[in-house]
Amino acid sequence: MTEEIIIAGFGGQGVLSMGKILAYSGVMEDKEVLWMPSYGPEQRGGTANVTVIVSDERISSPIISKFDTAIVLNQQSLDKFEKSVKPGGMLIYDPNGITHEPTRRDINIYKIPATEKATEKGIAKVFNMIVLGGFLKLKPIVGSEFIHKGLEKSLPARHHALIPQNEEAIELGKTLIEPVFTL
Amino acid sequence: MSNLDIVKPENLVYQKSKVLTENVMHYCPGCGHGTAHRLVAEVIEELGIQDKTVGVSPVGCSVLAYNYLDVDFQEAAHGRAPAVATAIKRLNPDCYVFTYQGDGDLAAIGTAETIHACNRGENITMIFINNAIYGMTGGQMAPTTLLGMKTATTPYGRDQKLNGWPFQVTELLAQLPGTYYVTRQSVHTPANVRKAKAALKKAFENQKLEKGVSFVEIVSSCNSGWKMTPVQANKWMEENMFPKYPLGDIKVDGELVKK
Amino acid sequence: MAKELKLMKGNEAIARAMIASGTDGYFGYPITPQSEVMETLMAERPWDPKGENYTGMVVLQAESELASINMVYGGAATGKKVATSSSSPGISLMAEGLTYLAGAEIPCVIMNAMRGGPGLGTIQPAQSDYFQSTKGGGHGDYQLYVMAPSSVQEMYDFVFDAWDIAFKYRNPVLILTDGAIGQCMEKCYTRDNVPRWTEEERRANAPWGTWGKPATRGHNIITSLELESSRQEVFNQKLQAKYAEMKEKEVRYEALNCDDADYVFVAYGTSARICMKSMELARAKGLKVGLLRPITLFPFPTKQVAELATRVKGMLCVEMSAGQMIEDVKLAADCKIPIEHYGRFGGIIPTPEEVLEAMENKIVK
Repeated sequence: MTEEIIIAGFGGQGVLSMGKILAYSGVMEDKEVLWMPSYGPEQRGGTANVTVIVSDERISSPIISKFDTAIVLNQQSLDKFEKSVKPGGMLIYDPNGITHEPTRRDINIYKIPATEKATEKGIAKVFNMIVLGGFLKLKPIVGSEFIHKGLEKSLPARHHALIPQNEEAIELGKTLIEPVFTL
Repeated sequence: MSNLDIVKPENLVYQKSKVLTENVMHYCPGCGHGTAHRLVAEVIEELGIQDKTVGVSPVGCSVLAYNYLDVDFQEAAHGRAPAVATAIKRLNPDCYVFTYQGDGDLAAIGTAETIHACNRGENITMIFINNAIYGMTGGQMAPTTLLGMKTATTPYGRDQKLNGWPFQVTELLAQLPGTYYVTRQSVHTPANVRKAKAALKKAFENQKLEKGVSFVEIVSSCNSGWKMTPVQANKWMEENMFPKYPLGDIKVDGELVKK
Repeated sequence: MAKELKLMKGNEAIARAMIASGTDGYFGYPITPQSEVMETLMAERPWDPKGENYTGMVVLQAESELASINMVYGGAATGKKVATSSSSPGISLMAEGLTYLAGAEIPCVIMNAMRGGPGLGTIQPAQSDYFQSTKGGGHGDYQLYVMAPSSVQEMYDFVFDAWDIAFKYRNPVLILTDGAIGQCMEKCYTRDNVPRWTEEERRANAPWGTWGKPATRGHNIITSLELESSRQEVFNQKLQAKYAEMKEKEVRYEALNCDDADYVFVAYGTSARICMKSMELARAKGLKVGLLRPITLFPFPTKQVAELATRVKGMLCVEMSAGQMIEDVKLAADCKIPIEHYGRFGGIIPTPEEVLEAMENKIVK
């Protein structure tokens, strides 16, 4: 198994930490992982994106241009990465703020209204975990017990009290994800 | 009375410091480096710290100081002695660490290293030989060269519009909270030699206090570079250098000396 | 720090390995994309006896790269394990210090996370400092021992290896990486802390050090100055003999799928990782492609390239530069087979697909 993922959105949406938690969960399950952010001026506001690879084998390139899954959280990222999904791959997007829907018909497309639900429930801080839950529902590449361990490892000890809230958000995300177009 | 009658232990009034090697110094007759080296050696010997002392020599006439001083020594790149000494002291806090630098080394190419070592308050001794000229490379202008002074690169005299002003780096360093003792001395008369030695001794002893940099400037002549006889050079130094670089303590025990 | 499996950035791995390998001092100056090295050290506080990760290591932020490399020069001359890190423009500033360190034969470790140049350039990853790292950089006939990690784990492990080589040969060791390996996170097995050398160990391992002259020996002098040309020549011959011994004994490389290969990529660091992917894509298409990854850039795996050149049909050198390492590859292969370069630069990282396309267009044809 090798899953190559791009997660992209606005800075502040928790894109990098979502990737880190997923990667750390992979480490806990003794898989090979890679987390490669865009860095530099790009990280000052604007868009942020991170490549996450989880695999049973040694990971080759940290820089890839085609992904099994693209998780896009704003219009710019959707425009940029829709074309980067491998044929037969998967695109997940949050419909909030999306004016141009994805158009490809050779990939599976899902949406998750995470922004809307997080705002409604007043849990904006775990917005990214709702999205992660949606992804894990479709591609359970890491077991939930390892997600728990990944949260423990990637969150500083002073935030460990928030782990249950993160896990609830992941469970919520699993119920929110819905197909837009499937092959 | 023969020579053998005179050379007896009970007649001994002076001997070369054990911290000086047997090597014959390469300095020009009349140069202040030889005397300054001797004072450093005597101070190290008197303090009993030969086995704990590490010196850092510069690029300049005193680049070969390690040939004359019998302590562990490191030759630094031009201007970098204060950075080199910083790490020696930080990693070996029990060692007595000193730099020995000329005006070009300390106040031109190494200005940043000098200021920042002083500003961090490194517990080192910095010895600054100021003769207002680049001696080793053949007498070019130094940052401390006086206005109107002729050098190989100011053949018509230093012009402020072209070359800026003589740099009173010692006064500048005294303003920094990281310097604990800042003084200006000379070694051209026996009285000045005695004062300079006392200053150097204090500057080494201060390392035990861990209060910051002890900085000793020695205004020196360079009769070769100045194109004078040694006697003329000393007289010229008194008349021209001392007004711009007045002798005496500038900062003692962390307090600026009121004039 | 106990032995552990962690997810960490390459830069963090360098910092943690410095602490764990008994490094005595780190002197650095911030520059993207490697500032996390010093940031990690400052956060870990290895100098603080009350800290969780106390080893007694000194960490200091210098006023410039000029100062930091000269602090390395001063500290390492006392026989202690002293390191620094920087990125391309900072390494250019350090060039003076590097040649002094090599000329005075001072063991130390330097990390360069390469970014695109020339000049201030870009902060994105590049491999355009190969010449600077392996052919000089500073003045004079000197060599650094240059290691090129291609994963976070290697970033960590190579710090330990670097200390062994540095003291074995009394030579500076450069860990040459780039922003991609520095910034990416991978899993990394950390090791138990190796205690810093005791005073007795320091004196035994570095009898040449300037740590204060005891009555039992003459004064130690650390210098690269020799006014007598005949003696300078003898010294240079000694240095060259040392470099020749490194070439004989300390070459490291990785060969993947080279046994049955018709074509071979030659690439190091991040480029080698990209080529691994291109190789997978090629093999899936039925092209017998292998990868030779130099791990040491000096000494270069010349014999391995020469041997491959007798049995493969062509090689593609892939570098994030305009073509630098290819000169060493061509010299090693001695014109026996076609060898071409493919590179992107200025901070652009090639994709595995374009690298494979280059192999097909330039070599396979």
